[in-house]
Amino acid sequence: MDERYFQPEIETMGRHDLEALQLRRLKESIGAALRSPFYRTRYGGAGITPDSIRTLDDLRRLPFTTKDDLRGNYPFGLVAVPMDRVVRLHSSSGTTGNPTVICHSRHDLDCWANRVARCLYMVGVRDTDVFQNTSGYGMFTGGLGFQYGAERLGALTVPAAAGNTVRQIKFIRDFGTTVIHAIPSYVFRLYEVMRESGISPQTDTRLRTLVIGAEPHTEAQRRKIEESLGVKAYNSFGMSEMSGPGVAFECPEQDGLHIWEDSYIVEIIDPQTLEPVPDGGIGELVLTTLDREAMPLIRYRTRDLTRILPGECPCGRTHRRIDRIKGRSDDMFIVKGVNIFPMQIEKILMQFRELGTDYLITVDTVGNNDEVMVEVELGDLFTDDYSQLQRLTREITRQLKDEILVTPKVKLVDRGTLPKTDGKAIRVKDLRNNR
Amino acid sequence: MLIKQLSVFLENKSGRLNEVLDILGRADIRIIAATVADTSEYGILRLITTDTAAAYMELKNNQVSAQQSDVVAITCDSSAADFAAKISCFAREGLSVEYMYCFSVGDKAFLILRTSDNARVPELVSRYGLQTITEHDLSLL
Repeated sequence: MDERYFQPEIETMGRHDLEALQLRRLKESIGAALRSPFYRTRYGGAGITPDSIRTLDDLRRLPFTTKDDLRGNYPFGLVAVPMDRVVRLHSSSGTTGNPTVICHSRHDLDCWANRVARCLYMVGVRDTDVFQNTSGYGMFTGGLGFQYGAERLGALTVPAAAGNTVRQIKFIRDFGTTVIHAIPSYVFRLYEVMRESGISPQTDTRLRTLVIGAEPHTEAQRRKIEESLGVKAYNSFGMSEMSGPGVAFECPEQDGLHIWEDSYIVEIIDPQTLEPVPDGGIGELVLTTLDREAMPLIRYRTRDLTRILPGECPCGRTHRRIDRIKGRSDDMFIVKGVNIFPMQIEKILMQFRELGTDYLITVDTVGNNDEVMVEVELGDLFTDDYSQLQRLTREITRQLKDEILVTPKVKLVDRGTLPKTDGKAIRVKDLRNNR
Repeated sequence: MLIKQLSVFLENKSGRLNEVLDILGRADIRIIAATVADTSEYGILRLITTDTAAAYMELKNNQVSAQQSDVVAITCDSSAADFAAKISCFAREGLSVEYMYCFSVGDKAFLILRTSDNARVPELVSRYGLQTITEHDLSLL
């Protein structure tokens, strides 16, 4: 048995067999979904049955499921099993309306833990490891999700939960923690406090692997985490609607996240036309659950933007890879027929050391044309020569045009002056419909 | 002969210059000379102060984009002919003056210059017998 894989027969399954498995499970999922009040009305009314699906492509004819559907059928309208089979639920905070509730049967929790174990095993976590989870426990799925997954593969799992950095570091040292799960910004916090206390992550701890997720971060940030802590850091992707962590995960190649296709059918759609986007193109991730019985979701619009990475992965896994999340589809805007995502602009801006971190994209109609203005704050002033500032502006403009195919107007602005709501930066202002 | 100048990025927005000066004012920074140059979108405020390092830290802590750099400070009398004589030394040595501003105290004038090559300034100063001033001199003004 190959030591690299937790479940070699599934992880390296040939595409043909994998797709046959998907088709069989998809029919079962639709059959299960039809037992919920929500899908019975929506699909049953349209005459959709498991037999409506003869090939995987037939899935595209089914209506999408959205977050609004989950909210509108709060709390149990999508539950497809008798309530005595439901053993756990996770709920979102519901700050913007009804929370979204996801119910799990014993079988669902088992599949979920198995997926998380598969992810951790993939990046070298074994039963000899000490896994410290700094996620919040409770309703947040990153807590229990990783807890059960790490236990499943036999690691000593420390439910440290969020906060109290000094105590986290004490645990890391006293328990000999080798693997940590944390959001990227918290990793930097841990590192700062270690440094302030004169602790070297390299020599004073056994840390080897970091699992990072639940917060957008760049490749540069990942490299910084790896260098400062002397570890390998792997990207984790999940969402509560898809159970939680364990949906997609990086392998040792660190080039895209394998999405477990025995559990999910992946589609990438254009958020405007709702048509499929060819492999390699950015679009909205749409997922269908294949092994969830209590609350199957069919064609769930995640609102997350990513793309399928074309080609095979050298690690030998046949499950396709998605790119790191590029932002939210709600943020997408169209100019001159081109779909533009703020993340594309951010990626370019972040490459300029001369710039700060905040920016604002304004789309407006000037004359008969739609124009894009990118205001970006300057970092520390690097020159007092106008021609240098103008050269910088020209170079940013050129690189942005190469990326988004529209020539933006780039404006350097003072730091700390771009608008914020609730402390969060506003990224896009579309003034075209306000006239 | 080389003294520290503080350059501050200013977006063209009314009140911005005031905000920056207020920050420096609260920190008790004295301004010896100042000039603002601008394009349609932004300007650069250039300042000679009594304590450039402190002024820079103050601005940095207040999220203002600023830079410290070296400029040449020389003295002359306030006649145009003397100005011309001093400036011509740089041209003769193939150094260009990127910008210049000046101020006077009593009958003494001070020229602040940014040249294309600060490394060659000491040599030029001694060859032409230019009178330079130091940061210490400035603090006594």
